[in-house]
Amino acid sequence: MTGLKRLVGTTAFKLSVVYMLASAIFAGGLLLYVGWNARRLIDEQIGQTLTAQINGLADQYRIGGVRRLQSIIERRSRQPGSYLLLLQGPQAEIVAGNISGLDPSVMASTVLTETTYQRFEEVDGQTQTSTRGALIRVFVLPGNSRLLVGRDLEERERLNAVLGQAIRILIGALLVFGGLGAFVVASRALARMDAMTATSQVIMAGDLSGRLPVSGSGDELDRLAVSLNAMLVRIGELMQGMKEVSDNIAHDLKTPLTRLRNSAEQALRTAGSKEEYRAALEHTIEESDGLIRTFNALLLIARTEAGAGSDNFALVDVSGLLADFVEIYEPAAEDAGCALTAEIEPGLTVQGNRELLGQVVANLIDNALKYGLPPQSGATAEIALLARRDGDNLLIRIADHGPGIPADKHDKVVERFGRLDESRNMPGSGLGLSLASAVAHLHRGRLVLGDNHPGLAVTLELPLLPVGS
Amino acid sequence: MLTAMKILVVEDDADAAAYLVKAFAEAGHVADHAKDGLTGYGMAEEGGYDCLIVDRMLPKMDGLTMIGGLREQGLQTPVLILSALGQVDDRVKGLRAGGDDYLPKPYAFSELLARTEILARRKTSQVADTFYAVADLRLDRLSHKVTRGGEDIPMQPREFRLLEYLMRNAGRVVTRTMLLEQVWDYHFDPGTNVIDVHVSRLRGKIDKGQAKPLLHTVRGAGYVIRDGA
Repeated sequence: MTGLKRLVGTTAFKLSVVYMLASAIFAGGLLLYVGWNARRLIDEQIGQTLTAQINGLADQYRIGGVRRLQSIIERRSRQPGSYLLLLQGPQAEIVAGNISGLDPSVMASTVLTETTYQRFEEVDGQTQTSTRGALIRVFVLPGNSRLLVGRDLEERERLNAVLGQAIRILIGALLVFGGLGAFVVASRALARMDAMTATSQVIMAGDLSGRLPVSGSGDELDRLAVSLNAMLVRIGELMQGMKEVSDNIAHDLKTPLTRLRNSAEQALRTAGSKEEYRAALEHTIEESDGLIRTFNALLLIARTEAGAGSDNFALVDVSGLLADFVEIYEPAAEDAGCALTAEIEPGLTVQGNRELLGQVVANLIDNALKYGLPPQSGATAEIALLARRDGDNLLIRIADHGPGIPADKHDKVVERFGRLDESRNMPGSGLGLSLASAVAHLHRGRLVLGDNHPGLAVTLELPLLPVGS
Repeated sequence: MLTAMKILVVEDDADAAAYLVKAFAEAGHVADHAKDGLTGYGMAEEGGYDCLIVDRMLPKMDGLTMIGGLREQGLQTPVLILSALGQVDDRVKGLRAGGDDYLPKPYAFSELLARTEILARRKTSQVADTFYAVADLRLDRLSHKVTRGGEDIPMQPREFRLLEYLMRNAGRVVTRTMLLEQVWDYHFDPGTNVIDVHVSRLRGKIDKGQAKPLLHTVRGAGYVIRDGA
């Protein structure tokens, strides 16, 4: 019973029923319309026939007077058929004809009238009367005699009966087959929904590898299942990413924390003078500051990836911003024996977050200074910053002549804490490129790593069109 | 040389607040503590504080509402907002609500102390001087001239702004982050030694060959320009 209730409660069932009822009403209406038109046509035709008959009889009357008319009517009345004839004398007495029981008032009007009459019929040698419907016309003869010509409506009644039955059969069939169809459709939909619900409950219970069943018919349920499955794949990737990140965080924060703890312990054990304690504590503070920076960077990346910072986008003067950072980093580059050259197209602007873009540019130049110096001495150390318009994009390219990054490792270094083993012992949090990538995505752009032959070229591609357009 | 500040810390975390009160005391200042927004509002209204340090998330009345209320009352006391929410957007929201500076948690106390000292000082000297002097180092803000012992020191525009900011806050520690904010108007932690290089170039210009250096590095905190070690 509950199964039936659930079936009846489904959208598919309700829709089927509504559709079926609408079809029934429409089909019934169509038949009624056809019937009404047919009846009108029949009536019209009868009217025309009656007029022709009256005209014929009137001719006979003109030729032979009442007597001739009477004899014709008497003769015709004996013939079987559906024509009704009645000749009435001046005193409304019946002279000849095959009908009786007429409402006397119908003889007064000369237009086409529908009425009932009693017909005499010879059945097995006995005269019987029956009440029937008829369409009649009356013609007034000179001397106030009246001639009635009519036609039995049996054919029309038969048509009505046929149409009525057709309507009943049609609606009955629609109800039966439609109802069955509704049950079939609803139970199929219900079965598929039940399968999907069951799968999603398994997934909710924690098994992200579960996928919703796809029937292969390509219908709307299939499309829903396919996109939900795609969502599950994405969620699975994110979960995997989260797991990797938390593993990395655990590792990369544990290392400095251990170092911090060890150096504090070391100081406690060995330091003798006040100065030694002081130095140890200052070292501790430096290490802590590094940790705080890492935490802040992680927070910033997470928030940027979640879309924070896009609500206060404004027009950013990218050319000015880049000039600022060239200025900020020039002395540091010079100290490192590296030339920082800049080729910035003037007047470059983009809708964005100045702080985040600034931080990314700072990170990229900083990376180039840390990892982008040529491995062998004597080679020219150069960091080239280039900014220009490229079609609908704004390109910011920062290239160095360092050892570069092999193409197959490009994805890895963009990951959080994704550092190449060669650089593990170098300063830095391993978060700079992750932030750059997150900020690029926030601005609907992307971060592209390429080869500078030799060296690494990092390009920030930002669409010039305002975000949201 | 520095006068002691009277600071109100509005913070619901008792440990964090106790640490701040103690740390400010050690730095020679007096700090009071309010444990929720409503208490903080009342204390700030009557207290005569030099600076308020307000956590954003507070029981009874949140930090931004409290600051907005105080500003409506006409209270001009500088406010530094502390926030665990972190990052760029929150800074803008905090400053819009009437805060004067913003520091995301977790922070280094040295950074907080440096910012608080400079904020509190703003109350006493609203009008900027046209001329700064530390020992025999002079900076003229109108003619953009810097001299030491009467000798002209040529300066790049950014170097001038760097020195100007340090001298305006002579005797107070300024952090690297503060220098990036004040000289270049970017509000993030530069993290590496880029600012240090600028400062050491500046030091080369003003202290080189001088018997008494004026520009000092404060380990774990930042820089200070002052007469004497």
